[in-house]
Amino acid sequence: MTVAASSAHAVQQGTGKRRRFLRSELARGLGLISPGFLYAFLLLLLPIVLVIAHSFWTQDYLTIDRTFTLQNYRQALTEPIYQDLMLRSLVISLVVSITTMLLAYPVAYYISFHGGRNKNLWLFVIMVPFWTSYLLRVMAWKVVLGYQGVLNSGLMGLGLIDEPSNAFLYNSPAVVIALTHAWAAFAILPIYVSLEKVDRTLLEAARDLGDGPLRAFLRITLPLSMPGVIAAILIVMIPTVGDYVTPRLVGGTEGVMIANAIQAQFGRASNWPLGAALSVTTMVAVTAMAGLTVLSLRWLARSAR
Amino acid sequence: MSRVRIALIGWLPAYAVLYVLFLYGPVLLLPLFSLNDAATPTLPLAGWTFKWYAQLAGNREMINAAWNSLQVGAAAALLSTILGICGARAITRYQFVGKRPMSALIMAPLVLPEIIVAISLLLVMLALGLSLSLVTVTLGHVLICLPYSMVVLISGFEGFDRSLEEASTDLGETAPGTFRRVTLPLVAPAISASLLVSFTISFDEFIVAFFLSGSDPTLPIYIWGQLRFASRLPSVLALGTIMLIGSFVLITIAELLRRRAVRRTRIEGIPHG
Repeated sequence: MTVAASSAHAVQQGTGKRRRFLRSELARGLGLISPGFLYAFLLLLLPIVLVIAHSFWTQDYLTIDRTFTLQNYRQALTEPIYQDLMLRSLVISLVVSITTMLLAYPVAYYISFHGGRNKNLWLFVIMVPFWTSYLLRVMAWKVVLGYQGVLNSGLMGLGLIDEPSNAFLYNSPAVVIALTHAWAAFAILPIYVSLEKVDRTLLEAARDLGDGPLRAFLRITLPLSMPGVIAAILIVMIPTVGDYVTPRLVGGTEGVMIANAIQAQFGRASNWPLGAALSVTTMVAVTAMAGLTVLSLRWLARSAR
Repeated sequence: MSRVRIALIGWLPAYAVLYVLFLYGPVLLLPLFSLNDAATPTLPLAGWTFKWYAQLAGNREMINAAWNSLQVGAAAALLSTILGICGARAITRYQFVGKRPMSALIMAPLVLPEIIVAISLLLVMLALGLSLSLVTVTLGHVLICLPYSMVVLISGFEGFDRSLEEASTDLGETAPGTFRRVTLPLVAPAISASLLVSFTISFDEFIVAFFLSGSDPTLPIYIWGQLRFASRLPSVLALGTIMLIGSFVLITIAELLRRRAVRRTRIEGIPHG
């Protein structure tokens, strides 16, 4: 707003062309968006460039040697531990994003097609947990799955098991469950939005022309909601691949993910260039996986018709 | 009506309710066990107690962390809302070259892994020679909060009737006067909603604070430190419960305000008075 005011002030002093330019849509739009844009430019884009630069450098104790090298990438790509962590992170984020989407789709469908006047209330109720502390939501799973946790004591109370089991916590499935739960609400929104855009008269037409509900769904609703499905998968897949909290709290040694290795390079191990190379590799890998997922989903949706 | 359809209509609401239970169930265990008179979260409950909450009251370290979080949250909310107001106004009102890529960069933290945001900020702060403090945490939180502020503010500003402002100018009101007497009352609910949402996000945020806070912990960092000690779990549960209730209250108010903003700009036009 202050920008608008100051540009309005400048208009009074300017002349001719300058005045027309300052009054133009372009100048006002750019003037207003630039504070936020510059902020993101300086504190997101430049820092990411700096991370990429670091990934080609080396570190000797506290000094950074700025000669170009691919050594960090060689290490990130060939050392078995990093290969394992990368592969596990990718598999976990793929499983979590697809599970989350499959679980969320029917709910989004129900709200969009049968929500009636309560649509906004449903959406709000579903979104509320998403706004609470992520750390606390993951911690809740520790309470559920732990050795002395709710699941164990519940099962023992029911007489289904005789002694507490260690099998629930500190492994990859625990990470998948906690992550699916953490992202479940967020996946609903894009699917819901795309379902809202489905033209209901197309469904009536399909029914009039003799399509059953399942066929109408596969041939109209599903293809038209594909953008939402894809958005839901991506919006879950990309952040989860770099999740740090969940593997640390419920993953144990078997559920460690790549973010834990990245954090170690910036903390204890203090090898920033290797940490940077691991980060860049993760981003490239998850982008490639996201691209492949989108392609195969489009192919699936086409062949389902 | 085929059988599939009837079955679906019957099962969908039940499934939706189950889904909500899945979302809330684990979270609601925190308040439940925070009232449990035992050090471990086991069923059945050992008895009801408020002692874990009473213990919190005298915990200097925790109160200090909470104060830090309040300061960071307030500063981050204010900054991200100011940047968001400008950005949302630009996007909803003006057409200009570069609108898409520029807003895409502002929204990017929404879809990036937080650890990438955190380490790149860490590298830049250290490269600039800034020492880590609550200020660096705040700078990082503004980046994380800004996309959410933008979403809330854009939904409040969309459908904003330009002719109201033009009418005000035509009737002789100055630009600042128009802003204060016409624009501001219309968009105030959206602005408050943005403040509340970004405060909540900053208050609960862990990863960026984990990398960027120096010796001053925020509340989530304090909780993280406590999780190592099994014996402190009940008081962490009590603290977590207070945080959950706080987030819930703030987000509900924000949603009510956001809806009022949408109603005002779309239907009522200008408020009375």
